[in-house]
Amino acid sequence: MSEVHRIRRGLDIKLTGEPEKKVTAISTDKFALKPPDFMGVFPKTFVKEGDLVKAGTPVFFHKYRDNIIFTSPVSGKVTEIHRGAKRKMLEIRIDSDGKMEYESFGKGDPKSMSREQILEKLLKSGVWAYFRQRPYSIIADPENTPKAIFISAFDSAPLAPDYDFIVENDVQAFQIGLDALTMLTSGKVHLNVREGQTKSRAFLEARGVQINRFAGPHPVGNVGVQIHHVDPINKGDIIWYLNPQAVIIIGKLFREGIYDASRIISVCGSEIKNPQYFKVITGTSILPLVKDNTNSANVRYISGNVLTGTKIDKVGYLGFYDQQLTVIPEGDYHEFLGWAMPRFNKFSYSKTFFSWLNPSKKYALDTNMNGAHRAFVLTGQYEKVLPMDIYPMQLLKAIMVKDIDLMEQLGIYEVDEEDFALCEFVDASKTEMQSIVREGLDLMLKEMS
Amino acid sequence: MKALRNYIDKIKPQFEKGGKLEKFHSTFDAFETFLYVPKTVTFRGSHIRDTLDMKRTMIVVVIALIPALLFGMWNVGFQHFISLGETAGFWDQFWYGFLKVLPLIIVSYVVGLGIEFIFAQIRGHEVNEGYLVTGFLIPLIVPPDIPLWMLALSVVFAVIIGKEVFGGTGMNILNPALTARAFLFFAYPAEMSGDKVWIAEKADAFSGATPLGHLLVGDVDKLPSFSDMFYGFIPGSVGETSTLAILIGAIFLIATGIGSWRIMISTVAGGLVMGWIFNLFAINDYMAMPAYYHLVIGGFAFGAVFMATDPVTASQTGMGKYIYGFLIGVLAVIIRVANPAYPEGMMLAILLMNVFAPLIDHYIIQSNIKRRLKRVKIKAA
Repeated sequence: MSEVHRIRRGLDIKLTGEPEKKVTAISTDKFALKPPDFMGVFPKTFVKEGDLVKAGTPVFFHKYRDNIIFTSPVSGKVTEIHRGAKRKMLEIRIDSDGKMEYESFGKGDPKSMSREQILEKLLKSGVWAYFRQRPYSIIADPENTPKAIFISAFDSAPLAPDYDFIVENDVQAFQIGLDALTMLTSGKVHLNVREGQTKSRAFLEARGVQINRFAGPHPVGNVGVQIHHVDPINKGDIIWYLNPQAVIIIGKLFREGIYDASRIISVCGSEIKNPQYFKVITGTSILPLVKDNTNSANVRYISGNVLTGTKIDKVGYLGFYDQQLTVIPEGDYHEFLGWAMPRFNKFSYSKTFFSWLNPSKKYALDTNMNGAHRAFVLTGQYEKVLPMDIYPMQLLKAIMVKDIDLMEQLGIYEVDEEDFALCEFVDASKTEMQSIVREGLDLMLKEMS
Repeated sequence: MKALRNYIDKIKPQFEKGGKLEKFHSTFDAFETFLYVPKTVTFRGSHIRDTLDMKRTMIVVVIALIPALLFGMWNVGFQHFISLGETAGFWDQFWYGFLKVLPLIIVSYVVGLGIEFIFAQIRGHEVNEGYLVTGFLIPLIVPPDIPLWMLALSVVFAVIIGKEVFGGTGMNILNPALTARAFLFFAYPAEMSGDKVWIAEKADAFSGATPLGHLLVGDVDKLPSFSDMFYGFIPGSVGETSTLAILIGAIFLIATGIGSWRIMISTVAGGLVMGWIFNLFAINDYMAMPAYYHLVIGGFAFGAVFMATDPVTASQTGMGKYIYGFLIGVLAVIIRVANPAYPEGMMLAILLMNVFAPLIDHYIIQSNIKRRLKRVKIKAA
């Protein structure tokens, strides 16, 4: 096996509300596909309100790449196409009929299929939506041949789900999914595991892929960091990346010929009464998961983790790429002289508070901004939590002044929002870094296409 | 507490847009956020945020400065009574210095913050916390007897020309506190140099020269003992004399992670190396003075710990910080020893390196860019 990539810079934020290792299958009846989840996609619908769909029936497609289609995760009825300002399509809501009928895409062994056949199956079934590419972190373009495909088999974010536990019952489907992926790239499929923690044979005994071992604090589980250390992206390079659960979905597509969009998510956070894993279907409404399951009413529902997730409503839907639902308290209160107080219950990466005296303590952090926006003042803080050979503040400034050449030189192709999430967390100037990085990526994408 | 909160909430609407006190919005906001951490919540990006904010950052630096301030207050009194040839108790000495130094702090804060509030209002920004530190630094780097109007004028110059014209805290090129010091030095040389100014209300007969004053005229043998200079029982600017008190501040800054240890260490290294080089080629007593003496004389320690480390005006890259600090140390000693016009080199060395810091960073960044380009070429080859 290869050497271990040891990452030293980063930060593990320890939060209360870790999920208990048990899975409850829960059947929900409301679902939604949210086109804004799919970066770089301009949605156009196939369906109207009232149409009946099966799991795998096309719902909408990408206007500028019409072979990229998005299909319904369940069988039922399209109830509403919810639009926002400027008629932007926000949600396509589908009510399940409880019968779970599937469109058939035909079984097949990926090892005996050609690249074109595999691509066709992935595109037709809508499973393609799970493929994303670096740079830009947008939906992958099937016209490209990526130089590698990356799968991070562990998530290091706060309260992240444990993929060892999640893939336990789908080892075979996972391997079939990997077999399909190896046909799609000109290079290798990289499966990245966490040294000492990844135990599942689904990962450690995976065939046909290169297994890279990583150790260190968050963001070591971010695929961007892993790519940077294994096979960095230079100008013009394209790498695809997927979540392990997406690989299982691909595996099931080939094994059973259906789009089985079920996944296991963790429902966690300090405000959840019984944090645990649930087996749900992509795009599920979160209401059944959180109803009578929260400690208070003034909470934030986050689709994803606390660093990179999206704020959603109690009656909202889980994001397409999110593997966890985190619920934490809102922080909309005033704190008297807070900046001068010791604040023993607050966490800080800096040593200006006392949290560093007790590194194993777990915190119930809220959404308070803990300050107000300022210009960049402190230096050298961001580098400590971004384990890449990149100067974060300089890159952010290049993005803010829209200097395309400089952005490129400073390595914008290698990063995306989630890589800057920890920088944003530790920032004393409270800069909205993830938004800035997204703007930069969008700008680059526009200039390069 | 509840009553205070209610009162603030009651008067708040008057300061909002359209209210009759709209012109004082920034001022109101500054006081409100001083009293209470705002209830703003995150709305995009990371949902949780570190507890550290700019207010906390600045207050940590202010705390680090307190040992130097307290010692400075006592020393002002101590030196005063020595010069008169009188003996006085510890508390008399401290009280005398306290009364001398307190007005400096008040003037510095009132004038500086006043300007900050006005600019914040004009720009529609919140008031920046940067001046909390600057306003504390300025009284510590001036002679105890400075006329208050002069101090006020230097603060006006430093805040407006040194900082606000560039866009405020975070945008300035020169360290604002040193800008104030430089303004005084060049505008009022008589009050800022020579042997008369360093002891408050000094008796005329008493020499009162600082160690740097002795060195300037070549009186190396008149230097106080090393331990006196280390502990700070010497005349000088209010906060700069005690290396020990500054060292306590330095440890605090490094422990909390707010001050850059890279800059502090490399500045000291630069001073020592240059001192040794002078030792090797010594042609006069000053050059032959042990290199480590430089660290405890004049403003070297204070500058290295509190001035050079200002994150806004220092180098911003890790490697750049070493180079920046090292050159400050080297330059400070060169100016001291080799240039008879300026007895103290630290201020000018730091200001000069402030100007060059972006250039240092530029080359560090370029090397990063080249590394990235090289990666492509290796692959292509």
